[in-house]
Amino acid sequence: MSQVAEDIMEISMGPQHPSTHGVFRMDVRLEGERVLRLKPVFGYLHRNHEKIAENASYLAAIPYTDRLDYLCSMTNNWGYALAVEKLAGLAVPERAEYIRVIVAELTRLQNHAGMVGFLLQDMGASGTPLMYAFTQREKVLDLFEELSGARMMCNYMRFGGVRVDCSPEWLRQTAALVAAFGGFLDEFEQLLTGNEILMARTQGVGVLPQELAINAGVTGPGLRASGVNYDLRKVDRYGIYERFQFRVPLGEHGDVFDRYMMRVLEMRESVKILEQALRDIPSGPVMDPKAKVRGLRPKVGEAYARIESPKGELGFYLISDGTPNPYRYRVRPPSLINLTVLEDMCLGQNIADVVVILGSIDIVMGEVDR
Amino acid sequence: MTLEEIKNRLQSGVPGCQVELVVNGSPSGQNSLLIDRDHGFAAATLLCDQIQLDFCSNVTAVDWPDREKTDKIKTKQTVDGVEKEIERTIKTRIPGYLEVVYHLFSMSKHLGPVVIRMRTGNRSDDVTVPSLTPIWRSAEFQEREAFDLYGVVFEGHPDLRRILMWEGFTDYPMRKDYVPPPDDELEGLREQ
Repeated sequence: MSQVAEDIMEISMGPQHPSTHGVFRMDVRLEGERVLRLKPVFGYLHRNHEKIAENASYLAAIPYTDRLDYLCSMTNNWGYALAVEKLAGLAVPERAEYIRVIVAELTRLQNHAGMVGFLLQDMGASGTPLMYAFTQREKVLDLFEELSGARMMCNYMRFGGVRVDCSPEWLRQTAALVAAFGGFLDEFEQLLTGNEILMARTQGVGVLPQELAINAGVTGPGLRASGVNYDLRKVDRYGIYERFQFRVPLGEHGDVFDRYMMRVLEMRESVKILEQALRDIPSGPVMDPKAKVRGLRPKVGEAYARIESPKGELGFYLISDGTPNPYRYRVRPPSLINLTVLEDMCLGQNIADVVVILGSIDIVMGEVDR
Repeated sequence: MTLEEIKNRLQSGVPGCQVELVVNGSPSGQNSLLIDRDHGFAAATLLCDQIQLDFCSNVTAVDWPDREKTDKIKTKQTVDGVEKEIERTIKTRIPGYLEVVYHLFSMSKHLGPVVIRMRTGNRSDDVTVPSLTPIWRSAEFQEREAFDLYGVVFEGHPDLRRILMWEGFTDYPMRKDYVPPPDDELEGLREQ
């Protein structure tokens, strides 16, 4: 802490601050409690993920993608698998497409539930909302463990399909979880949405204008909270998302409360998608028999693929030079790019609100630093 | 709007701008436009304002080191009145460069991806390209990352500092010829 002028303080929040969601630092300049300037500092978790993947084969990069956003390994796998499928022109069997949608929407449920829990934790509601969220998250992780063998580092998808088929019993258990999830959301919302303290702490705080959100490349629920109708599941219709009926919730004010509501409403839409996918899932193979998983050598060229991960647009950019390793492997991390507007949202706010605004962006440092 | 149409718009809208269509051989079919860096900023402004590519999704750099191309050329020569075929190998050195790639989309028109690329002069002392952060804020951290890991200097960037590596680090770890320094800390431990 250093005294710059008479009433202006410079404070370094982090990297071990409990509210920074990992090792993340913010250099904040304050006048009293008001934020005058805020510069995020990254890199504490940097391991040069991209270089590691460029030195590995196409298959060997999949377990590393688990560790990007370590809460959502399934969607990370999908983004990467989609990029390789585009690069090499591989097809995915029907059943695998359905399983992908099911596990991706389950990931969205557990990510959003956890994010709301952590947001409330940042506001000082220590324990209760987070534990409510984590009871549901545990159930999803148990399903992932049964399917892939790991709770968080699933390493489940392959280009050309998924690694193993799911059993009828697993589908029954998933259907039971989905059927009960609406009840949990009702309970969760009864506890939170109308809560006076939550509204006082979030409404009108950290407003993100629509033009800035688009220009700064904010994606995911943070963009839709500012009223921009842009959901890649509707825009790109990757996978088989065009077959499902669901709506894209939109916010009006772009404040923290809207970003909170986006998560709750998206969970309700994910439940709808899951119900339809579980109803329609066909039988059949889960891997393209022609897909050469080991020793894949795509033709010289490049591909960019993106998916709607729970945090925003997760993109993978690959360049092949005809060898078994990608020549260039690039991750477009939604967490990092959504942080571009952190300073704009925090200027003029109180220091206590910075913690809430950061929580509402929903970042994971494994993906920011890579 | 096809890439060919965008190319024509750029050539007519930005006088002197050299645009080249780079064909992509993979099944993805995502071709790109190579724009010369002197007119890069004006071209990007046109793409943002007139073609409404309002969303710059991905910014990254690619390292292309110096390459050597060997060609075998057969020439016919007459030696002592007898015609002979002589094979010669010619080695040509293709100088390397750094390339920046932007993936652009339109949120209002649901267009994209439109891929644009710019190249630096070489990999050592002529590594500037114009920064597109004044047009798309989303490039701010990503251009810093390309500067940090590849050493591309973005002219006009408001805050060009290292982002992932620490201050005082001198090399560019994503380049193809990067050699990591020996881990002195571990060596020291082993000797003890």
